[in-house]
Amino acid sequence: MNNRESLFSAKNRRLLTTPLGKENPITIQVLGICSALAVTVKLEPAFVMTISVIAVLAVGNMIISLLRRTIAPRIRIIVQLVVIASLVILVDQVLKAFVYDVSKQLSVFVGLIITNCIIMGRFEAFAMSNKPWPSFLDGVGNATGYGIILIIVAFFRELLGSGSVWGYQIAPQFLYDWGYKDNGLMILPPGALIVIGIIIWVQRSRDKELIEEN
Amino acid sequence: MFSNKYIFTYASVMVILVAAILSSASMLLKPYQEANVKAEKIQGILASANVTTDREQAQNTYEKHIVEELAVDSAGNVVSRYRNDSLVEGQVRPFNIDIKEALLRNQAVKSGESSELPLWPIFVVDKDGERFYIVPVRGVGLWGPIWGNIAFESDFNTIAGATFDHKGETPGLGAEINTSWFEDEFKGKTIFDQQGKFVSVNVVKGGAGDNAQHAVDAISGGTITSNGVRDMLLSGLDNYVPYIKKNINNE
Repeated sequence: MNNRESLFSAKNRRLLTTPLGKENPITIQVLGICSALAVTVKLEPAFVMTISVIAVLAVGNMIISLLRRTIAPRIRIIVQLVVIASLVILVDQVLKAFVYDVSKQLSVFVGLIITNCIIMGRFEAFAMSNKPWPSFLDGVGNATGYGIILIIVAFFRELLGSGSVWGYQIAPQFLYDWGYKDNGLMILPPGALIVIGIIIWVQRSRDKELIEEN
Repeated sequence: MFSNKYIFTYASVMVILVAAILSSASMLLKPYQEANVKAEKIQGILASANVTTDREQAQNTYEKHIVEELAVDSAGNVVSRYRNDSLVEGQVRPFNIDIKEALLRNQAVKSGESSELPLWPIFVVDKDGERFYIVPVRGVGLWGPIWGNIAFESDFNTIAGATFDHKGETPGLGAEINTSWFEDEFKGKTIFDQQGKFVSVNVVKGGAGDNAQHAVDAISGGTITSNGVRDMLLSGLDNYVPYIKKNINNE
Protein backbone atom coordinates (compact mmCIF):
# COMPACT_ATOMS: atom_id res chain seq x y z
CA MET A 1 0.00 0.00 0.00
CA ASN A 2 1.35 3.37 -0.92
CA ASN A 3 0.71 5.87 1.83
CA ARG A 4 2.68 8.74 0.33
CA GLU A 5 0.51 11.31 -1.26
CA SER A 6 1.91 12.98 -4.35
CA LEU A 7 2.85 16.61 -3.87
CA PHE A 8 0.01 17.86 -6.02
CA SER A 9 -2.67 15.27 -5.34
CA ALA A 10 -6.29 16.24 -5.92
CA LYS A 11 -6.66 17.00 -2.22
CA ASN A 12 -3.62 19.24 -2.19
CA ARG A 13 -4.72 21.01 -5.35
CA ARG A 14 -8.03 21.78 -3.70
CA LEU A 15 -6.16 23.50 -0.86
CA LEU A 16 -4.81 25.89 -3.44
CA THR A 17 -8.00 26.48 -5.40
CA THR A 18 -10.94 26.61 -2.97
CA PRO A 19 -9.73 29.82 -1.27
CA LEU A 20 -9.84 31.50 -4.67
CA GLY A 21 -13.60 30.99 -4.97
CA LYS A 22 -15.86 29.06 -2.60
CA GLU A 23 -13.83 29.78 0.52
CA ASN A 24 -12.39 33.14 -0.40
CA PRO A 25 -11.06 34.82 2.74
CA ILE A 26 -12.42 38.24 1.81
CA THR A 27 -15.71 37.68 0.02
CA ILE A 28 -16.92 34.57 1.87
CA GLN A 29 -15.19 34.65 5.24
CA VAL A 30 -15.04 38.46 5.29
CA LEU A 31 -11.56 38.54 6.83
CA GLY A 32 -8.80 41.01 6.06
CA ILE A 33 -11.25 43.71 5.06
CA CYS A 34 -9.23 46.45 6.75
CA SER A 35 -6.19 46.07 4.53
CA ALA A 36 -8.45 45.56 1.53
CA LEU A 37 -9.69 49.08 2.13
CA ALA A 38 -6.30 50.58 2.80
CA VAL A 39 -3.98 49.41 0.03
CA THR A 40 -6.38 49.28 -2.91
CA VAL A 41 -6.39 52.92 -3.99
CA LYS A 42 -3.73 52.09 -6.58
CA LEU A 43 -2.91 48.82 -8.31
CA GLU A 44 0.83 48.74 -7.64
CA PRO A 45 0.79 48.75 -3.82
CA ALA A 46 -2.04 46.20 -3.92
CA PHE A 47 0.15 43.92 -6.02
CA VAL A 48 3.22 44.21 -3.80
CA MET A 49 1.02 43.71 -0.75
CA THR A 50 -0.30 40.50 -2.33
CA ILE A 51 3.22 39.19 -2.87
CA SER A 52 4.24 40.07 0.71
CA VAL A 53 1.18 38.38 2.21
CA ILE A 54 1.77 35.26 0.11
CA ALA A 55 5.36 35.10 1.41
CA VAL A 56 4.42 35.66 5.05
CA LEU A 57 1.40 33.35 5.07
CA ALA A 58 3.04 30.45 3.19
CA VAL A 59 6.25 30.48 5.24
CA GLY A 60 4.42 31.20 8.49
CA ASN A 61 1.97 28.37 7.93
CA MET A 62 4.88 26.03 7.31
CA ILE A 63 6.77 27.10 10.45
CA ILE A 64 3.68 26.77 12.64
CA SER A 65 2.95 23.38 11.11
CA LEU A 66 6.52 22.18 11.85
CA LEU A 67 6.24 23.39 15.43
CA ARG A 68 2.64 22.28 15.95
CA ARG A 69 3.41 19.33 18.21
CA THR A 70 5.67 21.40 20.48
CA ILE A 71 3.35 24.35 20.97
CA ALA A 72 1.49 24.30 24.28
CA PRO A 73 -2.16 25.18 23.65
CA ARG A 74 -2.13 27.79 26.39
CA ILE A 75 0.47 29.94 24.65
CA ARG A 76 -0.32 29.09 21.05
CA ILE A 77 -1.65 32.54 20.14
CA ILE A 78 1.51 34.16 21.49
CA VAL A 79 3.68 31.76 19.53
CA GLN A 80 1.69 32.45 16.38
CA LEU A 81 2.01 36.19 16.90
CA VAL A 82 5.76 35.95 17.41
CA VAL A 83 6.12 33.98 14.19
CA ILE A 84 4.04 36.47 12.19
CA ALA A 85 5.74 39.52 13.68
CA SER A 86 9.26 38.19 13.07
CA LEU A 87 8.48 37.25 9.48
CA VAL A 88 6.96 40.62 8.78
CA ILE A 89 9.92 42.46 10.29
CA LEU A 90 12.29 40.32 8.20
CA VAL A 91 10.33 41.05 5.02
CA ASP A 92 10.33 44.75 5.85
CA GLN A 93 14.09 44.81 6.52
CA VAL A 94 14.92 42.93 3.32
CA LEU A 95 12.68 45.22 1.25
CA LYS A 96 14.36 48.27 2.79
CA ALA A 97 17.85 47.01 2.00
CA PHE A 98 17.36 45.69 -1.51
CA VAL A 99 14.19 47.11 -3.05
CA TYR A 100 14.12 50.45 -1.31
CA ASP A 101 11.57 52.04 -3.64
CA VAL A 102 9.04 49.25 -3.24
CA SER A 103 9.40 49.35 0.53
CA LYS A 104 8.70 53.07 0.48
CA GLN A 105 5.62 52.48 -1.64
CA LEU A 106 4.18 50.10 0.91
CA SER A 107 5.44 51.98 3.95
CA VAL A 108 3.24 51.19 6.96
CA PHE A 109 1.26 48.46 5.28
CA VAL A 110 4.04 45.90 5.46
CA GLY A 111 3.92 46.33 9.22
CA LEU A 112 0.16 46.02 9.14
CA ILE A 113 0.41 42.50 7.70
CA ILE A 114 0.88 41.52 11.35
CA THR A 115 -2.70 42.50 12.08
CA ASN A 116 -4.16 40.75 9.04
CA CYS A 117 -6.70 38.36 10.52
CA ILE A 118 -6.40 35.95 7.58
CA ILE A 119 -2.90 34.99 8.73
CA MET A 120 -3.86 34.28 12.35
CA GLY A 121 -6.97 32.54 11.05
CA ARG A 122 -5.04 30.12 8.84
CA PHE A 123 -2.40 29.40 11.52
CA GLU A 124 -5.13 28.55 13.97
CA ALA A 125 -7.53 26.73 11.64
CA PHE A 126 -5.14 24.85 9.41
CA ALA A 127 -1.43 24.89 10.25
CA MET A 128 -1.93 23.84 13.88
CA SER A 129 -3.41 20.52 12.76
CA ASN A 130 -1.86 19.74 9.36
CA LYS A 131 1.48 18.71 7.86
CA PRO A 132 3.93 21.32 6.58
CA TRP A 133 3.40 20.82 2.83
CA PRO A 134 -0.42 21.05 2.85
CA SER A 135 -0.03 24.02 5.21
CA PHE A 136 2.28 25.70 2.74
CA LEU A 137 -0.24 25.15 -0.07
CA ASP A 138 -3.07 26.35 2.12
CA GLY A 139 -1.06 29.52 2.86
CA VAL A 140 -0.35 30.19 -0.79
CA GLY A 141 -3.98 29.51 -1.71
CA ASN A 142 -5.51 31.76 0.91
CA ALA A 143 -3.07 34.59 0.35
CA THR A 144 -3.73 34.38 -3.39
CA GLY A 145 -7.49 34.38 -2.81
CA TYR A 146 -7.00 37.51 -0.72
CA GLY A 147 -4.70 39.04 -3.31
CA ILE A 148 -7.01 38.44 -6.25
CA ILE A 149 -9.79 40.42 -4.57
CA LEU A 150 -7.27 43.13 -3.65
CA ILE A 151 -6.14 43.44 -7.24
CA ILE A 152 -9.68 43.49 -8.67
CA VAL A 153 -10.73 46.15 -6.18
CA ALA A 154 -7.58 48.20 -6.79
CA PHE A 155 -8.10 48.00 -10.56
CA PHE A 156 -11.60 49.50 -10.37
CA ARG A 157 -10.72 52.03 -7.69
CA GLU A 158 -7.71 53.33 -9.59
CA LEU A 159 -9.58 53.36 -12.91
CA LEU A 160 -12.64 55.17 -11.60
CA GLY A 161 -10.95 57.21 -8.90
CA SER A 162 -7.82 58.40 -10.71
CA GLY A 163 -8.53 57.55 -14.35
CA SER A 164 -5.38 55.44 -14.51
CA VAL A 165 -4.21 51.82 -14.33
CA TRP A 166 -0.84 50.96 -12.72
CA GLY A 167 -0.04 54.68 -12.76
CA TYR A 168 -0.65 55.10 -16.49
CA GLN A 169 -3.35 57.53 -17.49
CA ILE A 170 -6.20 55.65 -19.21
CA ALA A 171 -9.06 58.14 -19.29
CA PRO A 172 -8.23 60.42 -22.25
CA GLN A 173 -7.92 64.17 -21.82
CA PHE A 174 -10.91 64.98 -24.07
CA LEU A 175 -13.23 63.21 -21.62
CA TYR A 176 -12.11 65.64 -18.94
CA ASP A 177 -12.54 68.52 -21.37
CA TRP A 178 -16.15 67.42 -21.88
CA GLY A 179 -16.74 67.59 -18.17
CA TYR A 180 -15.91 64.04 -17.01
CA LYS A 181 -14.63 63.96 -13.45
CA ASP A 182 -12.75 61.24 -11.57
CA ASN A 183 -14.97 59.75 -8.89
CA GLY A 184 -13.60 61.09 -5.61
CA LEU A 185 -15.58 58.53 -3.59
CA MET A 186 -13.51 55.72 -5.12
CA ILE A 187 -10.33 57.12 -3.58
CA LEU A 188 -11.86 57.05 -0.11
CA PRO A 189 -12.35 53.84 1.93
CA PRO A 190 -16.14 53.61 1.21
CA GLY A 191 -15.23 53.15 -2.46
CA ALA A 192 -13.53 49.86 -1.57
CA LEU A 193 -16.53 48.64 0.42
CA ILE A 194 -18.82 49.34 -2.53
CA VAL A 195 -16.56 47.44 -4.95
CA ILE A 196 -16.19 44.50 -2.51
CA GLY A 197 -19.97 44.49 -2.03
CA ILE A 198 -20.50 44.25 -5.79
CA ILE A 199 -17.94 41.42 -6.04
CA ILE A 200 -19.75 39.47 -3.28
CA TRP A 201 -23.09 40.06 -5.01
CA VAL A 202 -21.77 38.84 -8.38
CA GLN A 203 -20.12 35.80 -6.79
CA ARG A 204 -23.29 34.78 -4.90
CA SER A 205 -25.60 35.23 -7.82
CA ARG A 206 -23.38 32.95 -9.90
CA ASP A 207 -22.94 30.29 -7.22
CA LYS A 208 -26.28 29.41 -5.62
CA GLU A 209 -24.62 27.16 -3.03
CA LEU A 210 -23.29 30.24 -1.25
CA ILE A 211 -26.72 31.67 -0.54
CA GLU A 212 -27.86 31.03 3.03
CA GLU A 213 -31.39 29.74 3.54
CA ASN A 214 -33.60 31.71 5.84
CA MET B 1 -0.24 18.04 28.89
CA PHE B 2 2.47 20.62 28.94
CA SER B 3 3.92 21.58 32.31
CA ASN B 4 4.37 25.19 33.36
CA LYS B 5 8.09 24.65 33.31
CA TYR B 6 7.90 23.52 29.71
CA ILE B 7 5.83 26.54 28.74
CA PHE B 8 8.20 29.00 30.38
CA THR B 9 11.27 27.36 28.87
CA TYR B 10 9.62 27.19 25.46
CA ALA B 11 8.63 30.85 25.55
CA SER B 12 12.04 32.02 26.75
CA VAL B 13 13.96 30.02 24.18
CA MET B 14 11.63 31.20 21.44
CA VAL B 15 11.98 34.85 22.37
CA ILE B 16 15.76 34.70 22.65
CA LEU B 17 16.03 32.87 19.35
CA VAL B 18 13.79 35.33 17.55
CA ALA B 19 15.62 38.29 19.08
CA ALA B 20 18.94 36.87 17.87
CA ILE B 21 17.63 36.27 14.35
CA LEU B 22 16.08 39.71 14.06
CA SER B 23 19.00 41.64 15.46
CA SER B 24 21.52 39.85 13.28
CA ALA B 25 19.34 40.47 10.23
CA SER B 26 19.14 44.10 11.20
CA MET B 27 22.92 44.38 11.68
CA LEU B 28 23.68 42.62 8.41
CA LEU B 29 21.29 44.77 6.41
CA LYS B 30 22.08 48.07 8.11
CA PRO B 31 24.92 49.18 5.78
CA TYR B 32 22.71 48.64 2.73
CA GLN B 33 19.84 50.50 4.29
CA GLU B 34 22.02 53.42 5.37
CA ALA B 35 23.58 53.71 1.92
CA ASN B 36 20.06 53.84 0.49
CA VAL B 37 19.06 56.55 2.92
CA LYS B 38 22.12 58.70 2.18
CA ALA B 39 21.76 58.31 -1.57
CA GLU B 40 18.11 59.19 -1.22
CA LYS B 41 18.93 62.36 0.69
CA ILE B 42 21.29 63.40 -2.10
CA GLN B 43 18.71 62.50 -4.72
CA GLY B 44 16.12 64.62 -2.93
CA ILE B 45 18.42 67.64 -2.73
CA LEU B 46 19.40 67.39 -6.39
CA ALA B 47 15.90 66.57 -7.64
CA SER B 48 14.50 69.78 -6.20
CA ALA B 49 16.88 71.65 -8.54
CA ASN B 50 15.79 69.38 -11.40
CA VAL B 51 18.95 67.32 -11.45
CA THR B 52 17.93 63.69 -11.69
CA THR B 53 20.31 60.92 -10.77
CA ASP B 54 20.02 57.26 -9.93
CA ARG B 55 21.02 55.83 -6.59
CA GLU B 56 24.39 54.47 -7.72
CA GLN B 57 25.51 57.73 -9.30
CA ALA B 58 24.12 59.98 -6.56
CA GLN B 59 27.46 60.73 -4.87
CA ASN B 60 29.29 61.63 -8.11
CA THR B 61 26.48 63.80 -9.45
CA TYR B 62 26.32 65.59 -6.11
CA GLU B 63 30.03 66.41 -6.14
CA LYS B 64 29.71 67.72 -9.68
CA HIS B 65 26.89 70.14 -8.97
CA ILE B 66 27.38 71.26 -5.40
CA VAL B 67 29.09 74.63 -4.97
CA GLU B 68 29.07 74.76 -1.21
CA GLU B 69 27.12 73.71 1.84
CA LEU B 70 26.28 76.35 4.41
CA ALA B 71 24.96 76.18 7.93
CA VAL B 72 23.26 79.32 9.19
CA ASP B 73 21.97 80.15 12.66
CA SER B 74 18.58 81.63 13.47
CA ALA B 75 20.01 85.14 13.33
CA GLY B 76 21.14 84.64 9.76
CA ASN B 77 24.89 84.30 10.33
CA VAL B 78 26.87 81.68 8.42
CA VAL B 79 28.37 79.36 10.99
CA SER B 80 29.75 76.55 8.84
CA ARG B 81 30.90 76.39 5.29
CA TYR B 82 31.83 73.20 3.47
CA ARG B 83 33.44 73.45 0.07
CA ASN B 84 35.45 71.08 -2.15
CA ASP B 85 35.31 68.20 0.30
CA SER B 86 36.53 70.17 3.28
CA LEU B 87 35.20 72.38 6.04
CA VAL B 88 36.46 75.90 5.51
CA GLU B 89 34.51 77.38 8.39
CA GLY B 90 32.86 76.07 11.54
CA GLN B 91 32.75 72.57 13.02
CA VAL B 92 29.85 70.66 11.49
CA ARG B 93 29.41 69.59 7.93
CA PRO B 94 26.03 71.08 6.93
CA PHE B 95 25.10 67.86 5.07
CA ASN B 96 25.14 65.96 8.36
CA ILE B 97 22.82 68.33 10.19
CA ASP B 98 19.74 66.44 11.25
CA ILE B 99 16.74 68.69 10.63
CA LYS B 100 14.74 66.75 13.17
CA GLU B 101 17.26 67.58 15.88
CA ALA B 102 17.49 71.17 14.75
CA LEU B 103 13.71 71.55 15.02
CA LEU B 104 13.68 69.99 18.50
CA ARG B 105 16.49 72.27 19.58
CA ASN B 106 14.64 75.25 18.14
CA GLN B 107 11.64 74.36 20.25
CA ALA B 108 13.78 73.95 23.35
CA VAL B 109 15.32 77.37 22.79
CA LYS B 110 11.91 78.98 22.33
CA SER B 111 10.55 77.49 25.52
CA GLY B 112 13.70 78.51 27.36
CA GLU B 113 14.88 74.98 28.16
CA SER B 114 18.09 75.25 26.23
CA SER B 115 20.38 77.95 24.96
CA GLU B 116 22.13 75.89 22.32
CA LEU B 117 21.05 77.44 19.06
CA PRO B 118 20.11 75.18 16.14
CA LEU B 119 21.83 75.38 12.76
CA TRP B 120 20.04 75.28 9.44
CA PRO B 121 21.70 73.85 6.33
CA ILE B 122 21.62 75.45 2.88
CA PHE B 123 22.92 73.64 -0.19
CA VAL B 124 24.18 75.86 -2.97
CA VAL B 125 23.95 74.05 -6.28
CA ASP B 126 25.11 75.12 -9.69
CA LYS B 127 23.29 73.74 -12.69
CA ASP B 128 24.50 74.89 -16.10
CA GLY B 129 25.56 78.25 -14.69
CA GLU B 130 22.34 78.78 -12.78
CA ARG B 131 22.56 79.03 -9.03
CA PHE B 132 20.06 77.39 -6.73
CA TYR B 133 19.70 77.58 -2.97
CA ILE B 134 18.25 74.40 -1.59
CA VAL B 135 16.85 74.10 1.90
CA PRO B 136 15.54 70.96 3.56
CA VAL B 137 12.30 71.06 5.54
CA ARG B 138 10.64 68.58 7.86
CA GLY B 139 7.22 68.29 9.45
CA VAL B 140 4.44 65.93 10.37
CA GLY B 141 1.82 64.33 8.15
CA LEU B 142 -1.05 62.10 9.16
CA TRP B 143 0.82 58.92 10.11
CA GLY B 144 4.36 60.10 10.57
CA PRO B 145 7.06 62.49 9.49
CA ILE B 146 7.11 64.20 6.11
CA TRP B 147 10.07 66.09 4.71
CA GLY B 148 11.25 67.76 1.58
CA ASN B 149 13.74 69.98 -0.20
CA ILE B 150 12.87 73.36 -1.63
CA ALA B 151 15.11 74.83 -4.34
CA PHE B 152 15.08 78.60 -4.73
CA GLU B 153 16.34 80.65 -7.63
CA SER B 154 19.17 83.08 -7.00
CA ASP B 155 16.74 85.62 -5.49
CA PHE B 156 15.96 83.14 -2.66
CA ASN B 157 12.29 83.98 -3.17
CA THR B 158 11.06 82.21 -6.28
CA ILE B 159 10.75 78.43 -5.90
CA ALA B 160 12.55 76.61 -8.70
CA GLY B 161 11.43 73.18 -7.61
CA ALA B 162 10.32 71.17 -4.63
CA THR B 163 10.47 67.54 -3.66
CA PHE B 164 8.62 65.94 -0.81
CA ASP B 165 8.70 62.59 0.82
CA HIS B 166 7.10 60.81 3.71
CA LYS B 167 7.52 57.90 6.06
CA GLY B 168 4.09 56.34 5.80
CA GLU B 169 1.33 58.50 4.39
CA THR B 170 -1.65 56.67 2.86
CA PRO B 171 -0.88 55.43 -0.67
CA GLY B 172 -3.02 57.27 -3.21
CA LEU B 173 -3.95 59.98 -0.71
CA GLY B 174 -1.37 61.68 1.48
CA ALA B 175 1.41 59.76 -0.27
CA GLU B 176 0.67 61.82 -3.38
CA ILE B 177 2.88 64.59 -1.97
CA ASN B 178 5.87 62.93 -3.59
CA THR B 179 4.32 62.72 -7.05
CA SER B 180 5.23 65.18 -9.75
CA TRP B 181 1.80 66.79 -10.11
CA PHE B 182 1.92 68.00 -6.52
CA GLU B 183 5.59 68.95 -6.50
CA ASP B 184 5.38 70.79 -9.82
CA GLU B 185 2.68 73.05 -8.44
CA PHE B 186 5.32 74.81 -6.36
CA LYS B 187 7.44 75.92 -9.30
CA GLY B 188 7.37 79.68 -9.76
CA LYS B 189 5.62 80.39 -6.46
CA THR B 190 7.21 83.01 -4.20
CA ILE B 191 7.56 83.04 -0.44
CA PHE B 192 7.76 86.83 0.05
CA ASP B 193 4.93 89.19 -0.85
CA GLN B 194 5.31 92.52 -2.69
CA GLN B 195 6.32 94.29 0.52
CA GLY B 196 9.03 91.73 1.22
CA LYS B 197 7.11 90.13 4.07
CA PHE B 198 7.54 86.38 4.54
CA VAL B 199 4.25 84.63 3.71
CA SER B 200 5.41 81.10 2.75
CA VAL B 201 3.34 79.01 0.33
CA ASN B 202 -0.10 77.90 1.43
CA VAL B 203 -1.63 74.52 0.52
CA VAL B 204 -5.30 75.21 -0.09
CA LYS B 205 -8.12 72.68 0.12
CA GLY B 206 -10.54 73.06 -2.76
CA GLY B 207 -7.99 74.68 -5.05
CA ALA B 208 -5.72 77.70 -4.89
CA GLY B 209 -6.96 79.37 -8.07
CA ASP B 210 -4.93 79.97 -11.20
CA ASN B 211 -3.25 83.23 -10.25
CA ALA B 212 -2.26 82.45 -6.70
CA GLN B 213 1.32 83.50 -6.13
CA HIS B 214 1.68 82.08 -2.65
CA ALA B 215 -0.59 79.01 -2.74
CA VAL B 216 -1.02 75.59 -4.36
CA ASP B 217 -3.87 73.05 -4.54
CA ALA B 218 -4.15 70.52 -1.72
CA ILE B 219 -4.66 66.78 -2.27
CA SER B 220 -8.24 65.46 -2.28
CA GLY B 221 -8.60 62.96 0.55
CA GLY B 222 -5.21 63.97 1.93
CA THR B 223 -6.18 67.04 3.92
CA ILE B 224 -4.11 66.36 7.01
CA THR B 225 -1.00 65.60 4.97
CA SER B 226 -1.62 68.75 2.90
CA ASN B 227 -1.92 70.81 6.06
CA GLY B 228 1.28 69.17 7.25
CA VAL B 229 3.07 70.39 4.13
CA ARG B 230 1.71 73.90 4.70
CA ASP B 231 2.86 74.00 8.33
CA MET B 232 6.21 72.46 7.46
CA LEU B 233 6.91 75.16 4.86
CA LEU B 234 5.74 77.98 7.09
CA SER B 235 7.76 76.99 10.14
CA GLY B 236 10.71 75.53 8.23
CA LEU B 237 11.38 78.34 5.80
CA ASP B 238 10.87 80.90 8.55
CA ASN B 239 14.23 79.89 10.01
CA TYR B 240 15.98 81.06 6.86
CA VAL B 241 14.32 84.46 6.66
CA PRO B 242 17.02 86.28 8.67
CA TYR B 243 19.73 84.82 6.43
CA ILE B 244 17.84 85.80 3.29
CA LYS B 245 17.18 89.33 4.56
CA LYS B 246 20.81 89.74 5.56
CA ASN B 247 22.61 88.22 2.62
CA ILE B 248 20.39 88.36 -0.39
CA ASN B 249 18.98 91.61 -1.55
CA ASN B 250 15.38 90.71 -1.55
CA GLU B 251 13.56 94.01 -1.57
